[in-house]
Amino acid sequence: MPDALALIANAAGKLTREGLRATGRGATALPGLVALTLDPNFIGALAAELEYGVACVSGTNGKTTTARMLADISRTAGWNPIHNRSGSNLDRGVAAALLAHTSWSGEPRGNFGLFEIDEASLPSAVGRLQPRVVVVTNLFRDQMDRYFELDTLAKKIGDALAALPATTTLVLNADDPLVANLAVRRDAKTIFFGVDDPDLGGVVPQAISDATRCPRCKSPLKYARVVLAHVGDWSCPSCGLSRPPRDVSATKILLGPDGSEISLAGTVGSIFETIRVPIPGLYNAYNALAALAAARALDLGLAEAIRALATFRPAFGRLETIEHKGRTLRLVLVKNPAGFNAAIGALLETGRTPRLLAALSDRDADGRDVSWIWDADFEALAPSVEHAVITGLRGRDMALRFKYAGLAKERMEVVDGWSAAIERATTLASEGGEVVVLATYTAMQALRAVLARAGAVVPFWED
Amino acid sequence: MDLRIAHLYPDLMNIYGDRGNVIALAQRAKWRGIEVDVRPYSIGEWADPEWPDIWFFGGGQDQGQDIVGADLAGTNGVALRKSVEGGAAIFSVCGGYQLLGHAYVPETGPSIPGVGILDVTTRAGKRRFVGNLLVDSPDGQLVGFENHSGRTYLGSAAKPLGTVIAGNGNNGEDKTEGAVQGRVIGCYLHGSCLPKNPWLADRLLAWALDRRQKPAKLDPLDDADEAAARIQASEVARTRT
Repeated sequence: MPDALALIANAAGKLTREGLRATGRGATALPGLVALTLDPNFIGALAAELEYGVACVSGTNGKTTTARMLADISRTAGWNPIHNRSGSNLDRGVAAALLAHTSWSGEPRGNFGLFEIDEASLPSAVGRLQPRVVVVTNLFRDQMDRYFELDTLAKKIGDALAALPATTTLVLNADDPLVANLAVRRDAKTIFFGVDDPDLGGVVPQAISDATRCPRCKSPLKYARVVLAHVGDWSCPSCGLSRPPRDVSATKILLGPDGSEISLAGTVGSIFETIRVPIPGLYNAYNALAALAAARALDLGLAEAIRALATFRPAFGRLETIEHKGRTLRLVLVKNPAGFNAAIGALLETGRTPRLLAALSDRDADGRDVSWIWDADFEALAPSVEHAVITGLRGRDMALRFKYAGLAKERMEVVDGWSAAIERATTLASEGGEVVVLATYTAMQALRAVLARAGAVVPFWED
Repeated sequence: MDLRIAHLYPDLMNIYGDRGNVIALAQRAKWRGIEVDVRPYSIGEWADPEWPDIWFFGGGQDQGQDIVGADLAGTNGVALRKSVEGGAAIFSVCGGYQLLGHAYVPETGPSIPGVGILDVTTRAGKRRFVGNLLVDSPDGQLVGFENHSGRTYLGSAAKPLGTVIAGNGNNGEDKTEGAVQGRVIGCYLHGSCLPKNPWLADRLLAWALDRRQKPAKLDPLDDADEAAARIQASEVARTRT
């Protein structure tokens, strides 16, 4: 039973939640903020009541998708996860999810806490939640007006993980040197995942690489294979640090327009079956590997995991598709260079010449600094673009980025206003055709709100 | 005509999208029919300091800045000074700007010497300046995004690039932003800076071309998109910073 203060905080949060929902608004953060104001220990107190404990999923890209995959896997195994599904991933989002699934008397209506945690909040969150499993997908540069420098962030996360008890299992991306090195400080159990398909990736780190230096001795790293940015088969010729052995390893990944097929090897057992992941893109194959490794850390069965992944549906803006006026809109959330490059890689792999709606905003949740678009590889995208409609609070910056990437003037136009931009973009495709929507977080929210009013999708917090 | 651009330490000194400055210089030259060659100059890779017409030096993470600072303390710093004496231009941002000054003085410990091409000194500050930055100068406005904890103070040989209208600039005290000394410019404007501030890009291009092929005359470009982006960003800087 949670203590009296936690119960009061729980009740106050629940009242806030009911008030918000009665007025038809999403309640993904504010109720949590109210509860945390009353009891800073709130999330720890409620999480301690959960029978199967807590798993935290963090990292720059892929945390929402990985957490949702893991939620599906745990549900298939008969667990009842409490999950901050809508991607509200600061402390308050965790608190809001917990109080929404806890009775007025403090009884949890669930037995497993599954929390996507913002990477900057991870150090404080793991201290409070004392999770059984912590997953870190990757660390790329992202919204540096909030997170500042990647090395500093990695050090903070490493210190927080080192302070956890030995009962916590770390699930880490072996192919990302910054992430793999998070395990170096401790002797607790670690499960590494990675990609060992020799046909994937080049040999030169991409321009946006953030970790071309050894995380231990700072000498330049050598890459036998680069899969994405600084993620790949890395080693340090100077101090000998190298990619750790993979416990969950993809020996072959077949990338298709609607999904991937992964062949597994490693200590997960001898697998003859391929794993189907029904959302496209190499980065989603990585997310599936992270979810499988986390399932193993939680002693969940592989058969359930494979079954759950086969029917997975993507989250808000993660390549989900929605129908509007007879056209398919494919929504792609973009928020940092690595995520952008991965997303356009997935689009162009399949030979598309996209008709685009590109929306750039600069509110807090988008990152107030739009500089990141200059690190993203628009030069790879521009030659394939059939036509681009551009909008958002900083749409003019986006237009400039396309211009300097070589997109011809007659192939792009700026349309102010979310509604007008959607309507114009919809006309780019013929009946039955596809429009790709690339948008930052709040721009995507705004576009979805317009589409919801037109009857196209449900609001994301009801997800 | 041709233009040679050296990108200094692109592997270590490129956060906050600063490579957009190189893209802007290169494209604005190409659109005018000028051939462009861009070369990376990183640690131990300094082929020929006589080669560049213009150097770009961006901001980096602390780790990168330490390694780069150590590299510039050796023969590469000497070569960079010689290149500037030979007429080459430099555009530097944030960490690059700081490293071109006399020194960076941390809160504790000995100060880290810089290249000394710019008559500026930077001291560590407690609060980090993060936000949109709008600057006025006699030649035009400049807009970008600053993200630094260093406080930079100008000596008498360096002139400020402009006056801060919104944001903090060099040190948050004297309303100055950036420094100009000969053909060397330093500033705290990410964004990237040059695409949205094309007059500054063209000033740098003119200096760079002037080194080997005078007189350099630049044809005007249609900068309506650049102006629109600058207006939108300036509005944000004025109202939301």
